[in-house]
Amino acid sequence: METTDIGLWGVPLAMLGGAIRVSTPFIFVSLGEAITERSGRINLGLEGTLVFGAMSAYAVAVMTGSPWLGLAAAGVAGLCFGLFHGWICKFPKVNDIAIGIALMLFGTGLAFFFGKPFIQPSAPDLPAIPFGTWSDIPQVQAALNVNVLFLIGAALAVFLWWAFRNTRIGLIVRVVGDSADAARAMGLNPNTVRLLATGVGGALAGIGGAYLSLYYPGSWTERISSGQGLMAVALVIFARWNPLGCFAAALLFGGAGALGPALQSVGVTQGYYLFYAAPYILTLIIMIATSSPSRALAGAPGELSITR
Amino acid sequence: MTDRFMLSRRDLLKTSAAGAALGLASAAFPIRGARAAATTVGFIYVGPKDDYGYNQAHAEGAATLKSIEGISIVEEENVPETVDVQKTMESMINLDGASLIFPTSFGYFDPHMLAMCAKFPDVQFRHCGGMWNKDKHPMNAGSYFGYIGMGQYLNGVVAGHATKSKKLGFVAAKPIPQVLLNINSFLLGARSVDPAITCQVIFTGEWSLAVKEAEATNALVDQGADVITCHVDSPKVVVETAAGRGAFVCGYHANQSPLAPEKYLTGAEWNWAKVYKMFVDDLVAGKPLPNFTRGGLADGFVKMSPLGPAVGEAARKQFDGTLAEMMKGGFSVIKGPLKSNKGAVVATAGQAFAETAIELESMDYLVEGVVGSTA
Repeated sequence: METTDIGLWGVPLAMLGGAIRVSTPFIFVSLGEAITERSGRINLGLEGTLVFGAMSAYAVAVMTGSPWLGLAAAGVAGLCFGLFHGWICKFPKVNDIAIGIALMLFGTGLAFFFGKPFIQPSAPDLPAIPFGTWSDIPQVQAALNVNVLFLIGAALAVFLWWAFRNTRIGLIVRVVGDSADAARAMGLNPNTVRLLATGVGGALAGIGGAYLSLYYPGSWTERISSGQGLMAVALVIFARWNPLGCFAAALLFGGAGALGPALQSVGVTQGYYLFYAAPYILTLIIMIATSSPSRALAGAPGELSITR
Repeated sequence: MTDRFMLSRRDLLKTSAAGAALGLASAAFPIRGARAAATTVGFIYVGPKDDYGYNQAHAEGAATLKSIEGISIVEEENVPETVDVQKTMESMINLDGASLIFPTSFGYFDPHMLAMCAKFPDVQFRHCGGMWNKDKHPMNAGSYFGYIGMGQYLNGVVAGHATKSKKLGFVAAKPIPQVLLNINSFLLGARSVDPAITCQVIFTGEWSLAVKEAEATNALVDQGADVITCHVDSPKVVVETAAGRGAFVCGYHANQSPLAPEKYLTGAEWNWAKVYKMFVDDLVAGKPLPNFTRGGLADGFVKMSPLGPAVGEAARKQFDGTLAEMMKGGFSVIKGPLKSNKGAVVATAGQAFAETAIELESMDYLVEGVVGSTA
């Protein structure tokens, strides 16, 4: 193995590489949740969907030998979870947050149950595109090995940002999310729109899970998710329901997560617990700085149960 | 219409009264599981029992008991180190009739296992980790542990021959004495080959954090480490990530060579089968179980993975030589003159701590040559 001594350059490089490697599940889950919340519902169950997506992707990839079929399976499984949430929440007086928590536990439990036989076998990985071939430094090449899902996630963020503003469907989702009465007056059925929005959100979260088990870290265990699904839901609020903001916030969290290990690797070894807490401290500061007691959060959909 | 699924208050009261009556009845007449001639042994794991790591090592040991006549085992995995483990122990005793229980995770001991020891004085409890103290703890409790630092020393010997960059990497969970001893042993093993070797350690802060472990491994390889080992609950992610980046790996807890057949050098493994069989044999024979059990390579508590294809002749020779030396007993990894990486003297010239030395169990330093900090 050829190595080059890159010294302190390792830190920014690790953050860049980490941002690309770690952020993808955040991107997919937060974009999915952004769609759901824009339609006026909160689905807290995406952590369960993420874990179930990771399991089903890995299982199908092991059985068929194709990571793409695994990815599709994760998407379908996530869609089912999302539709289930959307269907239950259409009944009157059902609290979407409570259902979300129930589905989170249900999803992880079901994934553990079905995932048992798949912990030991190895599944084929999703392919990555080497963007670093221009460089002779192996560390740079490794950092710039970009998985296709990251690129799809980036494109999806831009597309959603554009679609929310400029398409009929985007407008329908937004009007249902801002005022169910206005939507009904327009002849729309808010429940149907929310059902579909939650379904799409679930599918994206499932795909985010597939990235965890099929690319990075790239194996199925019951501890695969360290709360990425829950953090991504919080990222949506942090990003003010803006898809581009979700993308940026996911990158920020990915890069900040790589900071702790990278600093230790160059010899900054004191206080690593503090570095590990960096992303959360940053979130707190931004949330406090931008909040106001006299108005709702800027950009918040009016029908959300937490802002209503 | 919305009341369709609502329980009336009267129904609710009726149901809960019936439930309470049932609870009282079962408290008055405890339901004992049909206790046949078979002796039941309970095992409790903190994670999945096929994690290629800590829990798998215990589960493999437990599985060997199944072949013993008259012994049946009950297992529960993914039990958190909370009051949950007390419930698991109670149900193993009351429903399955377990007479010996092995709660295998560090955090099960105090207060959970101790509470159960007081509640069920006829049941024997043995905890993995070694915290039992004759003066403080009941006699139906006990602890067992192995000197696996020796295995990490042997890992280091092989790693010292394999490294070209003279930099090793260690992904560690938390800076507790057992982990620090493993890190120090790994480096000292490598330094027995070449005293210029250093070892970079990264603490992830938790026993099981897949993404952070992968990031730590990548960061170590980025900084030029070309042999990686770890002390986390499941080394699977570290082994796969390191091998994927082209680095060699030394295993821990269990044999991970199937995950990286080409890059796996060797590994320090637990051999709990031996320990569990010893306890169960005593139980069947009606002898009192030992309360404080320790052992290393020579006692068969710890074993090494078979050497991988990348291990060269010189490494193989030194590995075999060192192993033979350890099997004789009295081998010291920590021996003077030795300084910590902060410059403090940890062993003066002539001073040596054998694997059984109690001082090693309160280790709070990293030796010179380890790049890292305990806080």
